[in-house]
Amino acid sequence: MANESGVLVVAETADGAVAGITLEVLGAARRLADKLGQPVQAALLGQGVEPLAQGLIAAGADKVYVVDQPILAEYQTDAFVPAIEKVCREANPSIVLLGQTDIGRDLGPRLAFRLGTAVAMDCLDLAIGDGRLVMTRACYGGNANAQHTCKTMPQMATVRVKSQEPLAPDTSRQGQVTKVAVDIDPAAVRTKITGRRKEEAEGIRLEDAEVIVGGGRGVGSAEGFQTLTELADLMKGAVGSTRAACDAGFCSVATQIGLTGKVVSPALYIAVGISGASQHMAGLSGAKNIVAINKDPEANVFRYCRYGIVSDWKAVIPTFLNKVRQLKAG
Amino acid sequence: MLHMICCVKQVPDPEAPASQFKVDEAAKKVLPIPGVDPVADEYAVRGVEAALRIREALGEAKITILTLGPEAARDAVKKALAMGADEGVQLTDKAFEDGDSFATARALAAAIKKLEPFDLVFCGRQAPDWDVGVTPSVIAELLGVPCVTRACDVKVSDGTLTVERVLMDGFETVEVRLPAVVTISNELGEPRYPQLREIMAAARKPVAVWSAADLGLDPSQVGAAGSVLSLDRLYVPVHEAKCEFIEGETMEEAAEKLAAKLREAKLI
Repeated sequence: MANESGVLVVAETADGAVAGITLEVLGAARRLADKLGQPVQAALLGQGVEPLAQGLIAAGADKVYVVDQPILAEYQTDAFVPAIEKVCREANPSIVLLGQTDIGRDLGPRLAFRLGTAVAMDCLDLAIGDGRLVMTRACYGGNANAQHTCKTMPQMATVRVKSQEPLAPDTSRQGQVTKVAVDIDPAAVRTKITGRRKEEAEGIRLEDAEVIVGGGRGVGSAEGFQTLTELADLMKGAVGSTRAACDAGFCSVATQIGLTGKVVSPALYIAVGISGASQHMAGLSGAKNIVAINKDPEANVFRYCRYGIVSDWKAVIPTFLNKVRQLKAG
Repeated sequence: MLHMICCVKQVPDPEAPASQFKVDEAAKKVLPIPGVDPVADEYAVRGVEAALRIREALGEAKITILTLGPEAARDAVKKALAMGADEGVQLTDKAFEDGDSFATARALAAAIKKLEPFDLVFCGRQAPDWDVGVTPSVIAELLGVPCVTRACDVKVSDGTLTVERVLMDGFETVEVRLPAVVTISNELGEPRYPQLREIMAAARKPVAVWSAADLGLDPSQVGAAGSVLSLDRLYVPVHEAKCEFIEGETMEEAAEKLAAKLREAKLI
């Protein structure tokens, strides 16, 4: 292939609407495409998804390729890979972007392989340098950043959740919608999904919470997490955790924030008994104000904080909780 | 007899304090921390644990450990052999160095083909150095087998694999026919720690060392020469936050001050 042009976004849907991450990636795509003087394309795969194409145009796409077939109702690798491959060959983009989501992590590497190119995963920043896509991603658990360019076309990246600003939606934007038919042999789908179990923490979703109380291994017990839950509830926020706390059985894996957990962007994150290992802090790249309580004055977490208290959390949180309750009542 | 191949990787210790982490920007390499030994990738070690659990359930199976790395990567292989694996294969060759995930997958897939027949390939979900999580999917593509990622439980019965996977918002159960590639997540649980007796027995288990030529690969297909993703810069990002430490006569006083400051900042 040659004469590649366009920044193509692989769109995701959630609960019958365009997923938030897709709006963010479209924002990035628009900014990159404008620098290159190329169009923004979107690939919309699913069943009954065609009505969502206009929303993608409002969010920045100039052209939407729709593959709307029953076999795409739920994400399955062996159905989605040939479908997105066909769209890419038809669109011939210079850049393909996906979200760093369950789907992006699965589809990105395989699509890159099928297209004879490579993909940079979980990018924090995307820019154009000398006409090429410059991709910045975290590595070594978040201790370092790596900057990459790709020698082959299309250049591919998955984008970290909440790292890019979406455009303000503009329903007056015009664009083209093209339907693509893909021959997908059901027998070629090698994996069978036999069960699914949602494990979401009750109350506010971590990804949407403006206030999060996070607990680490230093919390010491599941009972300790109950105190954190009381505080989070009081502040109308959510409870988060580190991988270490989850591995120790203090809390549900649904609360895990970090490199292999959720990425959050609260206005306030209160880190309790958290050392601040880079793998955890990687999930807090969007947090605006971080406050930490930790026994160790040298704890890594304090490098990220606005306020800190060096103390065993049990000597601080109960009083803090009561004071917050007072302030909210008065 | 079922044959399982576990890919393991030797990485700098992710538990080392962040303050000791340093990069040589000119060489684009991470500096080894004095006194801190590299370790076997903890997700990949859980892959070995998954294989051992399957062997226990079936009564017998052959487990091969595969690694791509320098001479010193032998330690990661030895650890896995001590856990109970049967033999190891080390891919060591200058040609394999500094590859992107695709070039590395090419070498590993060639080695797995040379080790055929195989039923299962286990990998960690992502290696704690580059944190990419691409290599296993590409190995699967090259071998023409399915890949199921982020497993926290794996069972084999009559040539069918049942995997419980970790998703962002819960869990999913997937069935697939063998052969397949599976990546393992930390939710699988703690891997077994070898006893001294097993560590000593591991020294007697065979470890083959293969080069690019042994795999019939041209140097241009692997390592840096075989890569299309180039590493242009490696650096330590600076965190600018200036933390205000709040103190008091008592911790209770500090707690109240903190609440007051956050109220002032309109965060409460």
